Amino acid sequence: MDLQEFLRMGGYAVYVWTAYGLTALVLLLNWVSARRRESLEQESARRRSRPD
Amino acid sequence: MWLWIHKFGSPPHAYRLLGKMAPWFGWPALALILLATWWGLVKAPADYQQGDAFRILYVHAPSAWMSMFIYVVMAVAAAIGMIWRIKLAHAAAAACAPIGASFTFLALATGSIWGKPMWGTWWVWDARLTSELILLFLYLGYMALRSSFDDPQRADRASAVLAIVGVINVPIIHYSVEWWTTLHQPASVTKLDKPSIALEMLWPLFIMIVGFQLYFGWAISRRLRGEILRRERNARWLQEGA
Repeated sequence: MDLQEFLRMGGYAVYVWTAYGLTALVLLLNWVSARRRESLEQESARRRSRPD
Repeated sequence: MWLWIHKFGSPPHAYRLLGKMAPWFGWPALALILLATWWGLVKAPADYQQGDAFRILYVHAPSAWMSMFIYVVMAVAAAIGMIWRIKLAHAAAAACAPIGASFTFLALATGSIWGKPMWGTWWVWDARLTSELILLFLYLGYMALRSSFDDPQRADRASAVLAIVGVINVPIIHYSVEWWTTLHQPASVTKLDKPSIALEMLWPLFIMIVGFQLYFGWAISRRLRGEILRRERNARWLQEGA
């Protein structure tokens, strides 16, 4: 299969790749933000359990 | 049974269980989403009418489905929290909102990107698109309402009412293509007796939906853990180190 043909997406390259890229970006951001929220809360819980 | 519910509803137990469950959602989700992306972009044949633009379906339809599914989960969790006064249920509802809002945004954005080459316009104020936009505002309104209260219990109650009332919008979105004349094409998949798209084009769609569901399972486990920690900051099990 021709890579250039594939990337061209039958002339709809801009639309198809933007849609998939956006989806990947949003899922990734969600992943990062869920992870960060959790570790921030873990960190603050840890600090509270050992007050010094 | 009641003992089990009680045990599951206890924050320390739920916190640990969610931590164990998350990877079981996360890794299969990643695998299935990658498989569906490859299948949808490479293996599936181009549509005879829409050419390669139809491939946007594989991210658009599952996002739209998730946007409604998560809203129902959120409303049910909020209702359980209201009726039985289970704090964990409220926490679960709160954890749903940002994930649901993300999928709603994706459904709208990918739909718009698909609409441009197919309908010649990014946006029309028709029933399907407008009701989906209202869904996004419901999610955002829910989150704004929550953050406007300092007291988590009052935030729970007020936002639960909004979540429960807003659930009326979900059947409106679903049936909008039948009740009103719209540009949006009617569902081509849920007609189970005779789906109007070829099976080889359907597989990646199903896989992507399952992948997104698992992704939701992963994301809500993570967010709910954060939510539990935030609410339980003064509880003893946390002070003693979890």
